[in-house]
Amino acid sequence: MTAPHLSPEDAAQLEQTWRDPPGIHGWFSAINHKTISLRFMITTFVFFVLGGLLALAIRLQLAGPDGKVVGADMYNQLFTMHGSTMMFLFAVPVMQAVATYLVPLMIGARSVAFPRMNAFAYWIFTLGGMMLFLAFFLNLGPDAGWFAYVPLSSLQYSPTKRVDIWAQMITFTEMAGLMEAIVLITTILKMRAPGMTLNRMPLFVWAILATSFMVLFSMPAVMLASTALITDRLVNTQLFNPLKGGDALLWQHLFWFFGHPEVYMIFIPPLGFISSIVATFSRRPIVGYPAMVLAVVATAFLAFGLWVHHMFATNLPELGKTFFTAASLMIAIPTALQIFCWIATLWTGRINLRTPLLFVLAFFVILLAGGLTGLMLASVSLDTQLHDSHFVVAHLHYVLMGGAVFPLFGAFYYWFPKFSGRMLNESLGRWNFWLFFIGFNLAFFPLHVLGLQGMPRRVYTYPASMEWGTLNFLSTVGAFMIAVSILLFIINVLRSRRHGEPAGNDPWGAGTLEWSMPSPPPAGNFEMVPVVHARDPLWEPARLPSHVSGLANDYREILVTSVADAKLDHRLWLPSSSLAPFATALATTVLFVGSIFTPWAVVWAAVPVAIGATWWFWPKKDIVEQRTGSEVSPYEVQQ
Amino acid sequence: MRVHAAFIPILGMAAATETSSAAPLQDALHAYGIQAWHIGRLWNFTLGLCALVFTAIVAVTLVALWRAPRSDARTPPDLSSLERPERRIHRTVAWAAGIATLGLLALLAADVFTSRALGRLPLQDAVNIELIGHQWWWEARYLDPDSSRQFVTANELHIPVGRPVIVTLRSDDVIHTLWVPNLHGKRDMIPGRTATLQFRADQPGTYRGQCAEFCGLEHAMMALLVEAEPNAQYEAWAARQRQPAPAPAAGPAGDAARRGHDLFLAKSCARCHTINGTGATAALGPDLTHLAGRKTIGAGMLPNDGSHLASWILDPQTLKPGVYMPVNPMRPDELHDLLAYLETLK
Repeated sequence: MTAPHLSPEDAAQLEQTWRDPPGIHGWFSAINHKTISLRFMITTFVFFVLGGLLALAIRLQLAGPDGKVVGADMYNQLFTMHGSTMMFLFAVPVMQAVATYLVPLMIGARSVAFPRMNAFAYWIFTLGGMMLFLAFFLNLGPDAGWFAYVPLSSLQYSPTKRVDIWAQMITFTEMAGLMEAIVLITTILKMRAPGMTLNRMPLFVWAILATSFMVLFSMPAVMLASTALITDRLVNTQLFNPLKGGDALLWQHLFWFFGHPEVYMIFIPPLGFISSIVATFSRRPIVGYPAMVLAVVATAFLAFGLWVHHMFATNLPELGKTFFTAASLMIAIPTALQIFCWIATLWTGRINLRTPLLFVLAFFVILLAGGLTGLMLASVSLDTQLHDSHFVVAHLHYVLMGGAVFPLFGAFYYWFPKFSGRMLNESLGRWNFWLFFIGFNLAFFPLHVLGLQGMPRRVYTYPASMEWGTLNFLSTVGAFMIAVSILLFIINVLRSRRHGEPAGNDPWGAGTLEWSMPSPPPAGNFEMVPVVHARDPLWEPARLPSHVSGLANDYREILVTSVADAKLDHRLWLPSSSLAPFATALATTVLFVGSIFTPWAVVWAAVPVAIGATWWFWPKKDIVEQRTGSEVSPYEVQQ
Repeated sequence: MRVHAAFIPILGMAAATETSSAAPLQDALHAYGIQAWHIGRLWNFTLGLCALVFTAIVAVTLVALWRAPRSDARTPPDLSSLERPERRIHRTVAWAAGIATLGLLALLAADVFTSRALGRLPLQDAVNIELIGHQWWWEARYLDPDSSRQFVTANELHIPVGRPVIVTLRSDDVIHTLWVPNLHGKRDMIPGRTATLQFRADQPGTYRGQCAEFCGLEHAMMALLVEAEPNAQYEAWAARQRQPAPAPAAGPAGDAARRGHDLFLAKSCARCHTINGTGATAALGPDLTHLAGRKTIGAGMLPNDGSHLASWILDPQTLKPGVYMPVNPMRPDELHDLLAYLETLK
């Protein structure tokens, strides 16, 4: 299918309308979803690299018995920072970052919904992450674990500001995450091109929709928990203090009610990457589309019924624990179903074995192993041996790296040509992959054995008499192999950005809408909004009508369509770029950071936040005039 | 239902190496008690099933890659599945999902049966211990209906082989977790809550446990030794623990120890520690009544010998930074006397 074109003048005007303004002022007021998303991706990747460097320090310390690289205090900061960074500043937001780029392109939209809020969420996220690392460099890095269990994280046992920094970092990132979820849900449900019924939506978009709803329902739990922790610490609320009628276990329930769905919020978007990549590189649609959709939705629901399997060592009732064992085993069924569908797709397809597919194939080994060790942890009795040992460290890295990071790298190799207009180097990509794959298994497989040999998690060292040294050393070697592979990836990106082979619209011969436009995409994405006639509109023969005409080129007009059938509903005017989201984000940062030190910051800093938000929504006279000027009376139309 | 098999190899590992060798055991793969044995059996079953599934799925994926023809980006997509549904493929996927479900049900059943077996440990004639977690050491109170027979010790449990042990778990500060993998799985010690763990050692030996829940700065240095010994030996040990600390010997041989005793009471030691039979009754730190009988100091950190004890007393902050015991500067002769006294606390 070739995309219909506008006249060169109209196309130029469309580009002008949707482009972000130039200059420094323009840089801070940008709201185009692709601009924000690229920044978001780069920011999360920077946090990934920082988190990885922390992990290297951890591995150096554990490389041999009685390690002296860092002391206990620094080690506790290192693993807390590593976990918090990877979970809150990388894994969840990077998926949202990729989604805000790809979803509009895949569903035939010119933008995400609420583009200013999208920009605001990005700034809030970035400022929150910067606060965390600034604190770390000032020796105020959180040190109570990324889970910050009370009472260890209470004022009595963590008297410095470290835990407050952690709790406020949660507020920042979860606020950004919630806003991104709202942006994505609205975009997906109301801004799909006409004809893209729910039944024609790409599996990636389904995955993002399910994930965003999970964010919406789970993140409030951890925001509530972290806010309660702050009030316990700042204004003596005693919610978690057992001596004053509070309960230490309440924290664990609230945290894991978020924490377990979070794993699936990290894991479900990659299922969408895999479906996109497997289909393109097997040259056929995925086997069992309805089953795949139902599996993703079922996973999203079931993910909320598992949280207690993080608490099997507590004194909760045994019968209740067994329920969570059953639920934890049950969630393997939809995942297994999806794996079988992908294998069936590969089995019946014609395979183009390029780097993106290699990364996805690693999923079938690594995530599979991680999923199976997850079944072991789901058993109450087995978990009492495995819980909080290095076995769990191995398990969670197999799940998160195999289930999310490998597919994410695959996705990056796959969509980088769309982002940049150039291909990544294939042979560097293969080196990147094999070093990563071998290094990963070397780094994390031995940890299973160490856990079974009794090595607990979060220990800053161990005595030589425990004989854990050899396997730990192997693991450290593996960690450095991963570091080298990531370095190769960075070199590949920096080189290919300028000197890579030009990609053209569709370098992989893929079927979804994002490949119908030039790479990188124009500011307004589609010259003309397409009418979608199939699940893979670029693969299946075109039908009429092929596109929508009549949308304004001189202001940011979009189509709003119905939720299920994507029938035309109305036209909507999206706001233009503005400095207000950035300014409001700065004011909000002052509020959040200030409230670490005094509750009064909530009161006084609310004033600049309110000013920023008012400025944000203040209608501009010329825009209102332009807008009302373009309105047509229905009577005139009838005549 | 008694386990006589002294050493129960799991994973088919060789049974050769240890029982009472130098390094204490801390290993979930080798059961020395019935509870760990039940869990080990579940582990074997689960590992076997999971290994089978892993091999099968990876093999099928590799075959799929091997048999499928190669293509490139210009190969036209195969859209035949849109015209006629691929019933055979769908049926295969459905069968595979069905088999996976059966496997999961088997795992659930195995878990439930294991939980039941763990809950059926006969508890007649049990030893009752209350174990209290502190940052970063363990306080053990051996309970007895007759309160005069109760006693307190720290960082080292002695238990009789073949008799059940009921450990009541509490914490005084943050969450800790008891985990002695050769005997049983772990259990949290949560402030404001009480939990119990029931197990039995079926083979004499020294089993090492370690706090498994991150509990602050020195979480890594919070170990616990469990000495499982024949019942008679255990009873003798318990009888000794019930005695107050012996008074320093009379005459010139006991001079140093007597001076050490006075120093202990005069210096800051007695503000935190108890030695039964003396004026030291504080309970902030470990009970030292029978310190010399223990294998380690610093919660499993250092061997309990004169030189380690001396450096620990002088400067615990260098050995275990952050520990709640302060630096205790003293003259060499004072240290000598104090050590002489502590060595009498058998």
